[in-house]
Amino acid sequence: MKRLKVFGSLVKDSLDTITHGSKRYHLWMALLTFVMLVGMYCYSIQLEHGLSVTGMTDRVSWGLYISNFTFLVGVAAAAVMLVMPTYVLKDIDFKQAVLIGEGLAVAALIMCLAFVVADMGGPSVLWHMIPGIGVFNFPNSMLTWDVLVLNGYLFLNITIPFYILFRHYQGKEAKSSVYIPGAILSVFWAVAIHLVTAFLYQGLQARPFWNNALLGPRFLASAFAAGPALIILVLAIIRNFTEFKIQDKTIKKIAMVVTVAAQINLIMLISELFKEFYAPTHHSESAYYLFFGLDGKDALLPWIWTAIPLNVLATVLLTFHKLRNNFKVLFFCCFILFIAIWIEKGFGLIVPGFIPGPYGKIAEYTPTGIEIGVTLGIWALGAFVFTILAKTAIGIELGKLKYNKKA
Amino acid sequence: MSNNNKKWFSLNLGRKEKVSSGSCSCGKTSGGCGTSSNSHHMTDDEFAAAAINASIGEERTKDGFEQVFDVKMDRRTAFKKLTASLLIGAGAVSTSCSVISGDESREKSQIDWEEQFKGNYKLMTDEEKQATVDRLVRSYQLRTGKTLSMSSKNAEEDVLFGYAFNISKCQGYMDCVNACVEENNQDRDSQMQYIRIHEMKDGKGFNFNEADDNYYHEVPAEGHFYMGTQCFHCDNPPCVEVCPVQATWREDDGLVVVDYDWCVGCRYCMAACPYDGRRFNWSKPEVPEAEINHNQHYLGNRMRKKGVMEKCTFCVQRSRAGKNPACVEACPTGARIFGNLLDPNSTIRWVLENKKVFRLKEDLGTEPKFWYFMD
Repeated sequence: MKRLKVFGSLVKDSLDTITHGSKRYHLWMALLTFVMLVGMYCYSIQLEHGLSVTGMTDRVSWGLYISNFTFLVGVAAAAVMLVMPTYVLKDIDFKQAVLIGEGLAVAALIMCLAFVVADMGGPSVLWHMIPGIGVFNFPNSMLTWDVLVLNGYLFLNITIPFYILFRHYQGKEAKSSVYIPGAILSVFWAVAIHLVTAFLYQGLQARPFWNNALLGPRFLASAFAAGPALIILVLAIIRNFTEFKIQDKTIKKIAMVVTVAAQINLIMLISELFKEFYAPTHHSESAYYLFFGLDGKDALLPWIWTAIPLNVLATVLLTFHKLRNNFKVLFFCCFILFIAIWIEKGFGLIVPGFIPGPYGKIAEYTPTGIEIGVTLGIWALGAFVFTILAKTAIGIELGKLKYNKKA
Repeated sequence: MSNNNKKWFSLNLGRKEKVSSGSCSCGKTSGGCGTSSNSHHMTDDEFAAAAINASIGEERTKDGFEQVFDVKMDRRTAFKKLTASLLIGAGAVSTSCSVISGDESREKSQIDWEEQFKGNYKLMTDEEKQATVDRLVRSYQLRTGKTLSMSSKNAEEDVLFGYAFNISKCQGYMDCVNACVEENNQDRDSQMQYIRIHEMKDGKGFNFNEADDNYYHEVPAEGHFYMGTQCFHCDNPPCVEVCPVQATWREDDGLVVVDYDWCVGCRYCMAACPYDGRRFNWSKPEVPEAEINHNQHYLGNRMRKKGVMEKCTFCVQRSRAGKNPACVEACPTGARIFGNLLDPNSTIRWVLENKKVFRLKEDLGTEPKFWYFMD
């Protein structure tokens, strides 16, 4: 009963926190709300007319939604790169950063689920997928595995930070015997969500571009580069705009993680390119389409040739300690690395899987305005959720939000 | 609805589970079975049984809800209870059993409700299959005033359907494509076609990359040959494995089918199919009323809705009735051969035993039941 009272007070206090802030904060939230509303309007059009309002066709049947979904699973998985050193290896530097990282994971997972729902032809019958009520094709379909691991990871990433914050809110220390097992589990779980998502594509013998053993490991490497890169940027922003103290040491350590992951990612990219282009087979055509275009169809060329140089540049810059330890360079590198991997692991991965088609037909894909509107709306939703979570967490950690503290 | 051990969740909202002794043999509780137009007229015997059911039958089967609300009472209590029930179930009441709307619209919403929350066809018993087919037929009748016949016929024993395509004979007329579209009620707006005819250049072999599957010129074109593809009804279909809700499966006679009402529209099967065999309803399929083929099968050519997958079913509504698929019948050159692989005297068996047959992408291990051969 007492817990319920504390919880009620926490909800009230956090509502109070998220509705009050600087002018800049209100402007930011208003902007996000506006973009979300635009997204919802676009989605309502899609609901009414069907997925024909998107650029997808029978030839390229997955597009922007699934691309963003794939990428964001990686971002969500990246929270583990902070969880592991903090809770498992007891590295104290990460402790402040880890709550932010887990908040980011929650926001990314909510975006993932929203993108999947947006991509469904029949959202009204999605209950068919609920185990027990519907028919859950487990373990045959990798999509059911993905549903399980994503929701499980979402649960872990909500409960662990919530427990810690709930204790801190009452002015108590969080008991490590309670959250450490969950933290260790979430480390394995994070690897699982991204590996399972990769298997979703990797297991399709129909699509040679995806059907290669390196896809899963490369997903992990790119995720552990892009995710922490985003966390660094977010920490930089939080450090700038709030009183929340994040030490340079912490950011430098995360930068190390980004660097190593980006280097491994680059090695795998080289391996992939070598396989596709040294002795090209019929199965290399998708890669040819992606990098050079086929039959004069070259819609993806500008994208991939933006992504690859950015990727290489960021990795090279990060490799030198002097440059990496300069925060201006570091933030720039993180930004371009994030963009590069978003392109590469997003539609640079999904769209070429369908081109050329099973019988060699080359039909290109261009997202429509409505599709882009929904996508932006979902990104705004993610940013909105993250802002709320982060603001509450920071409030509690700074001691501004406290149970029974009548201010 | 006569069977109570259903394999899915269903809301018992305003629906009375009567013992079906007095109602029609199809097991429907409302509206009549719909396959025949005289379903509204009861015989005297049926009327008597129904009357008895109405007076005392429910006493035996009343559940808690009905025991409270379905009793004789004075006006004051009635108003009191009515107000309470209105407050509790206003939303549900207005959708499925509104007292304001007429019998027909009530029946319509009752059908819609049951259709929305029905189970996966694959797991239904024969009675449940019949019931959903009856509902769909009745719904069509209520909406358009016209009748259609819809079958829920299961696979027959000792039947395994197979298909052979004679590359030497095909001239690219595309009569098969047109017959298929008409037979299977495919969306006319997006010009959905299950069959693709690939026009290939002589002397280049089976070079799909340089083939044209969307030609608009006189055929047969000089120096070209033609090859048709469609769903190959694999014995080991990758599309079936990946479906998260088992909305698509392989029937016992080898047909790979889709339950359009169970499909959630994720299009994973489309990505998994190596043969371009699946089509998606990107918008609401439109077929002019006059062109609708009213001879339907639940798993075949019944009307689809937007956002679901569909595909060639070897015309299940025809093949299970002992006829050839529409494409086979329409082909003017005799390039298409269809039959029962388990019947040693069938033409398809003769082709497989006497011609040099091959299949596409055999290395993928999908075991298509669609063979190509040449004279």
